[in-house]
Amino acid sequence: MATILEAKGLSKSFGAVTAANDINARIEQDSVVGLIGSNGAGKTTFINMVTGYLKPSAGTILYQDRDITGMQPRRVTQLGICRSFQIPQLFNTLSVYENIRVGVGIAGRSRSAPRQSEPEARAQIDRLIEDFGLGGYRTQAAGLLPEGVRKALDIAMAVAGRPRVLLLDEPTSGVSADEKFRLMDMVMSALAAQRVTVLFVEHDMDIVSRYTHRILAFYEGRIIADGEPQEVLQHAEVLRYVIGEQLHVSAGKEASRAAD
Amino acid sequence: MNDAKTPTAFWDRTMIGLSAALLVLLIVGLVLPQWALSFGTVGVYLGIVVLGMALLMRTGLVSFGQGLYYCLGAYAAGTLDHFFNLSDLLVMVVAGALLAGVVAGILGLLLARYRDIFFAMLSLAFSMILYGLLVKTSQLGSTDGFGLSVKTFAGIALSGGRARYLIFSFACLLGFVAAAFMHRYWSSHLGRLATAIRDNELRVEYMGESVRRVIHLNYVISATLAGIGGALMAGAIGHVDPETTANWTTSGEFVFIAILGGTGSVFAPFLGAGIFEAVRTFALERFPNTWQMSLGITMLLVMIFLPGGLWSAFRARRRTA
Repeated sequence: MATILEAKGLSKSFGAVTAANDINARIEQDSVVGLIGSNGAGKTTFINMVTGYLKPSAGTILYQDRDITGMQPRRVTQLGICRSFQIPQLFNTLSVYENIRVGVGIAGRSRSAPRQSEPEARAQIDRLIEDFGLGGYRTQAAGLLPEGVRKALDIAMAVAGRPRVLLLDEPTSGVSADEKFRLMDMVMSALAAQRVTVLFVEHDMDIVSRYTHRILAFYEGRIIADGEPQEVLQHAEVLRYVIGEQLHVSAGKEASRAAD
Repeated sequence: MNDAKTPTAFWDRTMIGLSAALLVLLIVGLVLPQWALSFGTVGVYLGIVVLGMALLMRTGLVSFGQGLYYCLGAYAAGTLDHFFNLSDLLVMVVAGALLAGVVAGILGLLLARYRDIFFAMLSLAFSMILYGLLVKTSQLGSTDGFGLSVKTFAGIALSGGRARYLIFSFACLLGFVAAAFMHRYWSSHLGRLATAIRDNELRVEYMGESVRRVIHLNYVISATLAGIGGALMAGAIGHVDPETTANWTTSGEFVFIAILGGTGSVFAPFLGAGIFEAVRTFALERFPNTWQMSLGITMLLVMIFLPGGLWSAFRARRRTA
């Protein structure tokens, strides 16, 4: 498969703190990639650099072989890279319908996307509302929605931009355990008909192993493992630094030694 | 706010309401006394200026310097008569709108970078710079300003008893056009973006739109409306001076009216302007030494009981109906 996104030697420092350290990754078109790692491992920093929120201290980001390093967020979006947020970024006084409409409206005026007529735009809004299970909240102000619905709306707004690459920052955080799979099923089935490359940050390993083709595991700003889910989730460093099983085993051994 | 339906038909409820209001005003104006026509004209030109303020407020910005463009509009009209002997009201209004729009286009490049109190204070600073310049310019009458006379409107002579009615009618027509334009604009994609920007600038940028570009555009529109209002005022009053146009107290009045009327509808600025002018006129007559207190009490009551402005009372009634 062709590479759609590539990070070469990507680093980001905040004073003495290195949030990303020589990240190298090639993302294939139409793949679903999970970004895992403990808090502060560099996952969100990576997403923020790709989407233009943070300018890398070093390295380059290529999108369809075009250098997008340090580009402004709106330029990156106009090229076809859209994102959702860990804390949903909504227009709280606007209704669910209007939130999506703003996104569809902006995408409809973008030079990189094909122009939409008003009926086409409306049809897209209706489809997104249906795909993301927002039908019951259509006229409600976004500021009054429950957290799970806010998450779904946040992602729907990103999808409204008709992305080629979609970056989801912890799409299931703050969502109840029963709702997580339902939300991810909705997202994946909404994207199924489109050719979208998905990268998502996730802490729930069941979600990661179920929905991804590939995992990038981060630790202290570096990628410590990159490969298929079964392979990465069994990787010794991932078990130790990301999943923490090694620590549990060690802690268990310490406890039994103490008991002896 | 939460209407899922998007009005696409030209003749929606607001447009019908605006047309009906225009028709009623034009007919009633025929029998109104001169003082009432003057009062109505003041209400309309203030409403046009505040309509622009409402657009800025919907974008999350408060300008304390809208007097700058009101003043430019007024002085554009005044200088046309004073220096070029052009005394057609239509030409004056067009000149006022153009001058205000062009200046806003330039200043907006800087102002669109600022938000909150910085935007408010910077807009005030520009207004006070113009005030200072006018006060020191003897050719433009310094603090006294100068008088002007409007002789025609689109070539029609404005003389005798019908002059006030014609100016009032023209003001109403301009108010209708401004309100209809703003109503369509608020229903458009760019109009919706104003509210989206107020709610969450970051997300708008991440959706691929330039927040600065939208703010700049809205700033120019609001300034153009202030220029129209200023030119109308100059034509109706027949006098321009820095104190009643560019001074911060005038800009403060526009903010006052915007809060009084609300920003929820294109009718709200006109309602706010009418009530403001009525309270001020009544208070000046009855309590000449403490008239500001009446305005203060009015504002206090509105903020406590109708925080969305006077217009929100109508919206609440419609919801409960």
